[in-house]
Amino acid sequence: MSLAHRIIPCLDTDGERVVKGVNFVNLRDAGDPAALAARYNIEGADELVVLDIAASRDHRPTFLETIRRVAAELAIPLTAGGGVANVDEGRAILRAGADKLTVNTAAIRNPPLLTALAAEFGSQAVVLAIDAKRVGDRWEAFVRGGSVPTGIDAVAWARQGVDCGAGEILITSMDKDGTRSGFDCPLTAAISRAVSVPVIASGGADTPDTFLEVFREGRADAALAASIFHDSIQGLGALKRYLGEQGVSVRQTG
Amino acid sequence: MNIALVEYGAGNLPSVERALSHLGVESRRASTPDALAGCDALILPGVGHFGALMRSLGERSLVAPLREAVSRGTPLLGICLGLQAMFATSDEAPGDTGLALFPQKVSALPPVDRLPHMGWNRLRRARPSKLLEGVLQDAYFYFAHSYAALDAGEAGVAFCDHCAPFVAVLEQGNIFATQFHPEKSGPVGARILSNFVRQAGSQG
Repeated sequence: MSLAHRIIPCLDTDGERVVKGVNFVNLRDAGDPAALAARYNIEGADELVVLDIAASRDHRPTFLETIRRVAAELAIPLTAGGGVANVDEGRAILRAGADKLTVNTAAIRNPPLLTALAAEFGSQAVVLAIDAKRVGDRWEAFVRGGSVPTGIDAVAWARQGVDCGAGEILITSMDKDGTRSGFDCPLTAAISRAVSVPVIASGGADTPDTFLEVFREGRADAALAASIFHDSIQGLGALKRYLGEQGVSVRQTG
Repeated sequence: MNIALVEYGAGNLPSVERALSHLGVESRRASTPDALAGCDALILPGVGHFGALMRSLGERSLVAPLREAVSRGTPLLGICLGLQAMFATSDEAPGDTGLALFPQKVSALPPVDRLPHMGWNRLRRARPSKLLEGVLQDAYFYFAHSYAALDAGEAGVAFCDHCAPFVAVLEQGNIFATQFHPEKSGPVGARILSNFVRQAGSQG
């Protein structure tokens, strides 16, 4: 008996609509988040992530309404985030219907934020999102949607984030994001070995093989993808059947 | 039937309400002793911290009314932290007292596997269960927790193994509870809730 590996579709939004683009440029509309959420809920997603990649303060009420609309479609867990900078903003996201929230930039600038969020909502509700890029023989954490380097080692930051109270790590490979060339297994495995909490791999999802690799070589507990699901390049049911046939524990649905 | 969700300022009430509503069951929220007293069945949802939950119930003077409702025979379903609150104490908040419907304690899971125990897992059934009626043996349920009851005597009807064997489904008379979140567990979770509603209807 063992915990199933999770497959997590991700809805990147501008607060209101699902958008697509590589490295936050050339964004184009990819649909209504609630409609996509309803589809993934039925197709067997194990969890859903919805992010506000614009994360502008003026837009926050719109994003909270988006969370409410998405949550209303789901009988699976929902994680939401984008620009969360304090406990009150975290509470607003959870009250809107998310089960967990992601923090990124604000946590790097102020690690005790993780401790405060965990004390308020429990570690199980606090997901530390890290955007990492290979620099020499290590990975560096970037903030502000991957636009600002921090000089901080991503693996060391993951470890520190967990010590501060994060209950899960969402590691996005900036080198792989949007490339459809497979997940960054060395990065994911390095993070996975460094921490005791579950690790979600993100960036580079493509064929079912790439998911198998990130679960085996990358030691990921969950894998996240966006466009391959939105564009129906990969069906969730077929992906999970394939993984099951390969001996990976997954929750089969229907 | 008059089903109420215990409202204490935390917990994820809307998702439980939505799951019930999909079953055609309307629920209301009860946040006062009087509101609790007039119910045919109660649900205690919960996320967060054992100590915070018990303090919130205490501030609203809901601890004694909850215990009285249970002793009157009102069916009660605890979810996640709502299961843990049924025990006497928890490692999470030493010194705080739970509802003490069961004398055992809630323990921190030993860090053998990854913690929190987060995601979908299967159950090992130990005794006949009313909540699990009609649910396939290999069904997965959604868990998100780091603490658990390792022992509930005869009330432990199904267990899950992660770090240690722990109580995943608890049943004793009119007391029901799940460590997983039925409201987040897709169609099998809906079945758990509908089994509770049916039990509540036949007991109440």
